[in-house]
Amino acid sequence: MHKLIHTNVGRLFFFVFLGFILFLAGNRVDELRVYQGATLAMFVVAISSVILLTGYSGQVSLGHGALLAIGGYSAVLARNYWSLPIWLCFAVAVLVTAAAGSVLGTAAARLSGPYLAGTTLALAVGLPSVANQFSFLGGEQGLIFDVGMPPESLGAEFSPYKWYFWIAASAALIAIWWLQNILRSRYGRTWRAVRGHEVAAELAGIHVGKAKTLAFTVSSGLAGLSGALLAMTIGTVSPSAFPLTLSFSLLTGAVLSGVTTLPGVMIGAVTLVAMPEIASAISHRLGDSDVVTQNLPGVLVSALLILVVLLVPNGPVEQLRTLRIRKNAKAHL
Amino acid sequence: MFTFIDTILIGLTSGAVYSLMAIALVLVWRSTRVINFAQAGQALLSTYIGFECIGRFNSYWVALILAMILGAGVSAFIEIVFMRTLFKRNTGPIAGVAPIIATLGLLGIIRSGIGIFMGGKETIIRPPVSNIGYTISGHTFALSPFKLVIVSAVVVMMVVLSLIFTKTNIGLALRASAFAPEIARLAGVKVDAIRTLGWAIAGAAGAAAGMLQTPNGTGALSPDSLEFSLLLVFGFIAAVIGGLESLIGAVIGGLLLGLVLAIVLMYINATLLFMTAFILLILVLLVRPQGIMGKKGGRRA
Amino acid sequence: MSLIVSNLCVDHGAIRALDDVSMNIEQGQLAAVIGANGAGKTTLLRALSGLTPATSGLASWKGHNLLHSKPEKLVRFGVSHVSEGKSVIPELSVEENLNLGALWRRDAKESAQTRESIFETFPRLKERASQLADTLSGGERQMLAIGRALMSKPELLLLDEPSLGLAPLVIAQIFQSIRDLTTQMGLTVVLVEQNALGALEIADVGIVLNLGHVVASDTAKSLIENPQVRAAYLGY
Repeated sequence: MHKLIHTNVGRLFFFVFLGFILFLAGNRVDELRVYQGATLAMFVVAISSVILLTGYSGQVSLGHGALLAIGGYSAVLARNYWSLPIWLCFAVAVLVTAAAGSVLGTAAARLSGPYLAGTTLALAVGLPSVANQFSFLGGEQGLIFDVGMPPESLGAEFSPYKWYFWIAASAALIAIWWLQNILRSRYGRTWRAVRGHEVAAELAGIHVGKAKTLAFTVSSGLAGLSGALLAMTIGTVSPSAFPLTLSFSLLTGAVLSGVTTLPGVMIGAVTLVAMPEIASAISHRLGDSDVVTQNLPGVLVSALLILVVLLVPNGPVEQLRTLRIRKNAKAHL
Repeated sequence: MFTFIDTILIGLTSGAVYSLMAIALVLVWRSTRVINFAQAGQALLSTYIGFECIGRFNSYWVALILAMILGAGVSAFIEIVFMRTLFKRNTGPIAGVAPIIATLGLLGIIRSGIGIFMGGKETIIRPPVSNIGYTISGHTFALSPFKLVIVSAVVVMMVVLSLIFTKTNIGLALRASAFAPEIARLAGVKVDAIRTLGWAIAGAAGAAAGMLQTPNGTGALSPDSLEFSLLLVFGFIAAVIGGLESLIGAVIGGLLLGLVLAIVLMYINATLLFMTAFILLILVLLVRPQGIMGKKGGRRA
Repeated sequence: MSLIVSNLCVDHGAIRALDDVSMNIEQGQLAAVIGANGAGKTTLLRALSGLTPATSGLASWKGHNLLHSKPEKLVRFGVSHVSEGKSVIPELSVEENLNLGALWRRDAKESAQTRESIFETFPRLKERASQLADTLSGGERQMLAIGRALMSKPELLLLDEPSLGLAPLVIAQIFQSIRDLTTQMGLTVVLVEQNALGALEIADVGIVLNLGHVVASDTAKSLIENPQVRAAYLGY
């Protein structure tokens, strides 16, 4: 099995297999879990997008929420104004966001760390407010996003939530499979080289600007997809669906996953989905006061973030791998 | 004509506060090469401390001073406890990203922590002097005694800071450690202590920004208040526009941002404020990717 | 009562930069450390001034342990290091660069005297006292770097390639100043140099490093006459 994952066909097989497991799981758990599954899939895509940008190409984005907003709004507009089939709406979200990302990425490639962080931060707070300015974007209330009922062939008791989950999970599987392949290709190596040492990469003949812009574009495409998935799970798009805290959560998720490694992405996504529940369980024990319930998730996530950065800066997965390599090295001595 | 004068006045007052916040960010950036996203959180915490002090000593001015002193203490504490550990442990591929993430985490903890302990309470800081504009020939200008206080407080702090930086031994040590830490150490400067001092001064500046900004708006203090999102985002944008390395740049960045936003506010509408800030930032960075006062191809983090 | 280094080892990650280096330099002597690129000369100075941690071994100056001490602390014991590549701060004025070296001193009057005597040694610095160090020529920068080190009232002066990137005439001038300072102020100097002949000509003793090892150590005069050293490092 382990060996099989490392071939292209093997990976494809692995992902199809994973999909099948998810499909079985979706039939066995209750509605809330199915809904959380859809959210989880959305976070997996969004966090992968951050990991690709920050961990693989070394550009810090504090504004991924803005890219999600672009994706969400373009999917909704495609659905509401052109009544495109749902899968095409997602494709539109990916393409439009990737296009926006390539423009942004061209500007971003010129900026070093803190300047880029500042620009993306400003974008994250600035962009959603644009929706208030134009009536076709629905203002503060936003726009309804209706992906439609599940096809009748799936049976009568097939719930809308399960339908969301199916869409989100397959989108996530396809996205991750595709991203895995890209990261193993020439482009993936180029990005890692740029992250490792910009000047050295430049001397090795890599066009650093182009590599960064491409990373930004691909990352934006993924962000667009997750934005559309987010719009689907909450049923609307509005400025308040993409607050600054969303961008920060995604970065948090990426750090918890281990910014530099894609395989850990589930850890971050699960944490983001589970945290409100854990927090509400704890605050229930503490006597259910409003302020605690509201603020506890923030405290927990932030504390976790600091602990991870201080203790396992490269993420739990990478840390385990390093430990294993060290152990093996010792065993060989 | 009156609208135009008001626009300038609003721009300068709000710009002064953004400058103060930007100065705090620049001080931290210069001393440790960290963008301190927790700065707004620290300002919030200091302002809460100030609020408690007002209750105890019944004086805004005493509270302002105490908030600045305690804000400096909190900031120094963060540098010693978190940043030093972080730099000791972080050498991996994300060494450049780690401080950003750590300070974001601190921001989250401070905000949520304050939310838990102070969230239910009503906390209002009233301006110590009237914040109602002066009226001249029937027009009430956007200039009040308190706004004068804000501007003069910021000017005083900037003069004091620049005197410290250019005229004192401590200032020389601060500059030397920022530009060339290794040479400073070889010359006998205790760079670690100087870094902590840089953070402390930044903490005081941030505290002042929070204490001045809050009563200038609605006066209501809350972890989610708009005032502090403004401080976080606009202070940061001002610092980046100014070039991150330069205190003068921070002041220029703050005033420029304040004026541009005032124009949008007065002549277009408030919903576009954040988008305008973004566009201004992009425009400045397209022309000068290192900010207005930053050095070309200068030091990188 | 001198600089004693014994069995000093320094690692840069997996690479051993200094391997079992020992030397003994008497007080008041000018010692030239010569060797090719990568011989470990700079590492030696960085270890002695506390910038680079040593892996093992001993180094002491007048009984003070030099290893495991911070550079800012060693300055207070009279150890001053002028690091490679004109160690001045270009953003500060000439005078500020000098004052930086005396910030830790509590004797303002004496510090001012030290500054005056440095201005006497290097009159060019006095002329440019208020200019930014950025505007100085290479030679002037080197003078400033040495001046800054002297402001800390050193007894042991560690100089890393003062001749780097300078014109031959300027090099001769700088070397002469180093010789004079050593004699006049009773300094002990460790002078690391690529310019082997120039350094040996002004030095009392010489040490040849190769790939992290001491390969020769003798009076400067006999090293200049040593045929192997001549062939390998002096080029004639």
